[in-house]
Amino acid sequence: MILNRLTIHELQKLIRSQEITSSDIVKSVFERIDAVEGRVHAYITLMKEYAFAEAAKADKDIKAGNIKPLTGIPIALKDIVCTKGFLTTCGSHILHNYIPPYNATVVEKLKDAGAVFTGKTNMDEFAMGSSTETSYFGITRNPYALDRIPGGSSGGSAAAVAADECIASIGSDTGGSIRQPAALCSVVGMKPTYGRVSRFGLIAFASSLDQIGPFTKDVEDCAIMMNAIAGYDPRESTSVPLDVPDYTACISRGIDGWKVGIPKEYFIEGIDPEVMEAMQKAIKTIEGLGAACVEISLPHTEYCLAVYYIIAPAEASSNLARYDGVKYGFRAQDSSDLLDMYKKTRSAGFGAEVKRRIMIGTYALSSGYYDAYYKKASQVRALIKRDFEEAFATCDAILTPTSPTPAFKIGEKMDDPLQMYLSDIFTISTNLAGIPGISVPCGFTKGGLPIGAQFLAGHFEEGKLIQIAAAFEKHANLEKRRPVL
Amino acid sequence: MAYEPVIGLEVHAQLLTKAKIFCSCSTRFGAEPNSHACPVCMGMPGVLPVLNRKVVEFTMKMALATNCRINEACNFARKNYFYPDLPKGYQISQYAQPLSEHGYVDIELNGGKKRIGITRIHMEEDAGKLLHDEHLPSSYVDLNRTGVPLIEIVSEPDMRNAEEATAYLRRLHEILVYLEICDGNMEEGSFRCDANVSLRPKGETAFGTRSELKNMNSFRNVQRALEYEIKRQQYILESGQEVIQETRLWDDSQGVTQSMRGKEEAHDYRYFPDPDLVPIVIDNAWIEEVKKSLPELPLEKRERFIRDYQIPPYDAGVLTSSRALAEYFEEVAKLSGKPKIASNWVMGDVLRFLNEDKKDIRECPILPQSLAEMIGLIEDGTISGKMAKDIVVDMYRTGKTPKTVIEEKGMVQITDETALEKTIAEIMAANPAQLEQYRAGKEKLFGYFVGQVMKATRGKANPQLINELLKKMLAKE
Repeated sequence: MILNRLTIHELQKLIRSQEITSSDIVKSVFERIDAVEGRVHAYITLMKEYAFAEAAKADKDIKAGNIKPLTGIPIALKDIVCTKGFLTTCGSHILHNYIPPYNATVVEKLKDAGAVFTGKTNMDEFAMGSSTETSYFGITRNPYALDRIPGGSSGGSAAAVAADECIASIGSDTGGSIRQPAALCSVVGMKPTYGRVSRFGLIAFASSLDQIGPFTKDVEDCAIMMNAIAGYDPRESTSVPLDVPDYTACISRGIDGWKVGIPKEYFIEGIDPEVMEAMQKAIKTIEGLGAACVEISLPHTEYCLAVYYIIAPAEASSNLARYDGVKYGFRAQDSSDLLDMYKKTRSAGFGAEVKRRIMIGTYALSSGYYDAYYKKASQVRALIKRDFEEAFATCDAILTPTSPTPAFKIGEKMDDPLQMYLSDIFTISTNLAGIPGISVPCGFTKGGLPIGAQFLAGHFEEGKLIQIAAAFEKHANLEKRRPVL
Repeated sequence: MAYEPVIGLEVHAQLLTKAKIFCSCSTRFGAEPNSHACPVCMGMPGVLPVLNRKVVEFTMKMALATNCRINEACNFARKNYFYPDLPKGYQISQYAQPLSEHGYVDIELNGGKKRIGITRIHMEEDAGKLLHDEHLPSSYVDLNRTGVPLIEIVSEPDMRNAEEATAYLRRLHEILVYLEICDGNMEEGSFRCDANVSLRPKGETAFGTRSELKNMNSFRNVQRALEYEIKRQQYILESGQEVIQETRLWDDSQGVTQSMRGKEEAHDYRYFPDPDLVPIVIDNAWIEEVKKSLPELPLEKRERFIRDYQIPPYDAGVLTSSRALAEYFEEVAKLSGKPKIASNWVMGDVLRFLNEDKKDIRECPILPQSLAEMIGLIEDGTISGKMAKDIVVDMYRTGKTPKTVIEEKGMVQITDETALEKTIAEIMAANPAQLEQYRAGKEKLFGYFVGQVMKATRGKANPQLINELLKKMLAKE
């Protein structure tokens, strides 16, 4: 039995029957890390010593019969959530030495549920990217094809789960940063409803779009993770005070009689034929489960990318203003005065993609341009949201591809930002509308590259996503593969 | 050509909430640098603001007290600029949708009244402070003040000279302090004022080019800076030149305004709605609740004092200059039933003592009950007004009641007729010559006898009684 390959629910059973200890799991995970991390590079910081100490504590709890849903389970955190006393870099030079004085709410919640943290995972700098290539700390490789990207921005978290370098992980999703890497690494990734999981302690990229979510090996684990991290947080004004259902109860409900929308705007030219083929099969599977798949229209889809690339950079340009070298993080030396220090610090501290987005955002908010860009984008965003509200008036869920293509080659799109931005064409609308989305494995290309299917549902309908994703996962009869590392 | 100044003021007032606007840190002034600064204050990565509802309530109070309309919904916006005292790189303020708009206050000018429009009152967070050490190449940042709640009160350009502007400023100050939402301390910066000034030919309706004045930390400096700036612009215009749009700093020591930055260097603040905060919805029930909690405002109080207590407008003005003083006076007036006499004692002796000691009425050792009691003792003849002048000094010094002071000093007025008659008889016997002269018609000597009686009784005799008895006894053959 190779413990690091197991799921949370499998390990929990073994823990409850006292067949294994948390220390056994953590040991197995770190042995795996030792073996493959050199090739994958999923982590920026490993918390090995801490993990073993926490595992020892968990083992006492297990012996005492005090077992919580994540007791003793090794979980990796994207390096964008603040961990008290542990380096939190956001993949950036400008925070390369930053150690937060507090824990993010999600970290506290996971700790409360018994989780043991393995480390902080690699990511695109400030979550700006779709390939994890913009990290200051080097690239992460796709465990299924080491010459390819794992997706991004939460590429490290996706790769860590795919390569069994942890049991589950936490990511963040501003325009697809959980779902796209989940699809490209053949794991389950969920972006919850905006306001469902607390953003307190999540380093902000675009505040109105950012949301934390889990990466897991299957849908049941996703439900377990969601149970642990969802819920109202008085420390976040946009957190929604709604009760959290038991998501694990949704696993076996089935989708008989459901209506699943297939948006015609998402099945377009430019999609990789193998992805298209996998989607056609997915539709068949869904229909086989007693649901009706109907074509729907989300008429404002064509504006999503444009709207996103105004709103997200605008918010980012403001969110990233605090990295000025004054209080923490990197500060350039030998500045002649204050302005010079700001310029040198930010020039050297940020990478090219971050600077590009700060400039786009600054421009979009500038006097004389605000109405034409930010204001207009906000108006169109309301229309995109309405598209979904209308769709969910008749549909239980929507099915789309997660990504138009499987994982691309390292370096392939680095010089072409527009091509890179198109990687998120099917995931961005979800964030603009604030609705939840999940990506589940949907087979492999002939070349062995993972493909993902995305399900979407209405606000706070994560339960429905678990329901349909679990049913799909169980009945899709997909090819089983493990990464060869 | 005759020019007319046009002045508008932007006032920032720190609110007296216990906690800051977006976190639970204390707002206390004067603490060790950075001891009231949490990760939210410091703009740490990942932190989020949560609005302190007390700030909304305090701002609503000011809005209602200045006749503003409170918007049903308002929101916060980010004002983006770089400065080391601004840890997030933006200030959370209100922009397109402020809490309240379209208000006014009335000011009094040499007997006349003028209405000054208020454009808007909005909420925002204060920035930190930079501490400079002249001997070091670096500066320090103190973030204790970061996140202290502020309201910004923007006036219409309704003022036409420095007097009007300072009268308006004093009126705002008075209301804020009355509402107990701001301590009004200009030196510590809890009440700050910037001014926009321009000149235009008399009769012209369009505005001239304005300058923005900053760094005026007292009412006097506001007045001086405005007077200077009006003269400066007048000189420029009269010599055929053009006023430049710029920000100018008042230099107190030199008594001049100096250019700080021009229009070209003006910031583009890139305001946009803060996505970390949700819109604030204010319903009528909340407005009514706040309305009910409003105290009587200074102007209303002044008018009521003049009407109900029949005291002169000047007295009413002095007595309502602070809420505590007005309360003190009212208590004395009510308990004594003699408002005018109460006003004389409060404005005279009590305020003089307090001014000498630089004390506030709230620290006054003489309780209103004691002062009222003293007025009662004068009224019923127990003590004379002259005795009271001494007694009140002791009351202030010791905090004792007038009765205690009188008892301890044996100062009770002699009102016993027989005893006094005996004393007068003795004095008459001891001064036969004066008595004879008086009886011969030298009536001026009456005062001499009064003095003698006072001397004999050590001032404790009731003067009225002395007069009465003396008249009767001196007249007798």
